[in-house]
Amino acid sequence: MEEIIKIENLSFNYPDGRQALTGINLTIYQGETVALIGPNGAGKSTLLLHLNGILHSNGVVKVSGRSVNNKNLRWVRSKVGLIFQNPDDQLFSPTVFEDVAFGPINMGYPEAKVRQCVARALDWAGMTDYEQRSPHHLSFGEKKRIAIATVLSMMPEILVIDEPTSNLDPRSKWSLISLLKRLPMTKIIASHDLDLVQALCQRAIILDHGEVVADGATSHILADIPLLRAHGLAPDGAT
Amino acid sequence: MKHSFIDRYSDQDSLIHRLDPRTKFITTLAFILMVTITPVIEWQVFALYLFLIATLILLSKVPILYILQRSLVILPFVALIAISIPFFKEGEVAGSYNIWLWEVSVTYSGLQAFTNILAKAWLSILSLTLLVSTTKMTNLLNGLERLHMPRVMVMILSFMYRYIFVLIDEVMRMKQARDSRNFGGKRLWQIRTIGNMIGTLFIRSYERGERVYAAMLSRGFNGQTRTLDRLNFRPADIYFGISFGLFLILASMINLLY
Repeated sequence: MEEIIKIENLSFNYPDGRQALTGINLTIYQGETVALIGPNGAGKSTLLLHLNGILHSNGVVKVSGRSVNNKNLRWVRSKVGLIFQNPDDQLFSPTVFEDVAFGPINMGYPEAKVRQCVARALDWAGMTDYEQRSPHHLSFGEKKRIAIATVLSMMPEILVIDEPTSNLDPRSKWSLISLLKRLPMTKIIASHDLDLVQALCQRAIILDHGEVVADGATSHILADIPLLRAHGLAPDGAT
Repeated sequence: MKHSFIDRYSDQDSLIHRLDPRTKFITTLAFILMVTITPVIEWQVFALYLFLIATLILLSKVPILYILQRSLVILPFVALIAISIPFFKEGEVAGSYNIWLWEVSVTYSGLQAFTNILAKAWLSILSLTLLVSTTKMTNLLNGLERLHMPRVMVMILSFMYRYIFVLIDEVMRMKQARDSRNFGGKRLWQIRTIGNMIGTLFIRSYERGERVYAAMLSRGFNGQTRTLDRLNFRPADIYFGISFGLFLILASMINLLY
């Protein structure tokens, strides 16, 4: 399989000096759906922000074999689509159309192509009739879907998603999971929703205290109750 | 949570709604300019302005009561600023009163200046209310941009429109959380709590700003802002613009006829 993301010896300190990530080494292959699980504050979001160069530190992050640096940020961000946890942060435009068009316009596409990208992204997200709506009048589940569309419109090869199902009711959650399942890209999903991990991901990585503590097939990892318990992912004393 | 819309009624359809936002913006500005520079004594001209704006409101089919309500909101502020004028302006005395140790007198010219300020403010607010009630905020922003208003200012306005609701929600949640814990006690304590809440809100907004910026960067934002053009002038805009301008000029010259 072809390597699409390679992280070598990545460490990161927060501005206040706390260690967020320590010596991360990871390889993600083309077409995989990988879960990044771990308790709150394990460093999941911080790691995701490195994948498209929002944060950078001394380690090396390679996308399709090219290491991310200040010169190729534009290219990296068109390859790696990052979807944030809170859709109110992701959706900042007065209308849904403008938000979904934001990426394609920044990539310098002509108007016809922008419209085409927006229509296709909204279609993928199942939100076709929402173009002229304002984000602040949408339900949380609808906002989540639009947030995904804003990144799909850039046609990335890799989707990086932070907590896609947080704050969703079960119905919205499962419909979002089946939406993600239909998307053909390589996906890296940070979550502690084990339902989602089980339903979507073949591979799971556990991150705790900024370190990779386990990496393997989802069925293995989720069956290893002592491991999950040790990292706050299963209740203490449960069988 | 539910909010009233800033641009309520803007999604209806009427002659006024269909005009290009740029036409409406420029004519509104022209109207306000003419109203402000009209001399105090020409009350007939003010009547004409009122007639003009009332006609447009009727044409727009926005409920008159709603427009009146909206326009009244601003009056206390204007009144607060203008209230002292009748007392300080010198001229023929209309009446004088003794308030405790002071003798206060109200002059005719002072009263005239006061009503003049009120009338001008009210007419201006009426026209702005009409503009916002007949133009979708997004179209208005788009129009401002096409009129070459600096892009940074358009962005600030658009972020404001987008996040004012998010912030109101946040304030309401904080208030509910505070009141659920039996907020009360000494006045000083209350004030301190409110101060802390404002501080928290400020920090949260700042952090949200950072996250929004990261989301923009993730989608290829590099400091340059681009948009698609989606507005078109139609013949109706030209007719409206010209006739409105002519009417304004006529109104301002009406006193020459006397």
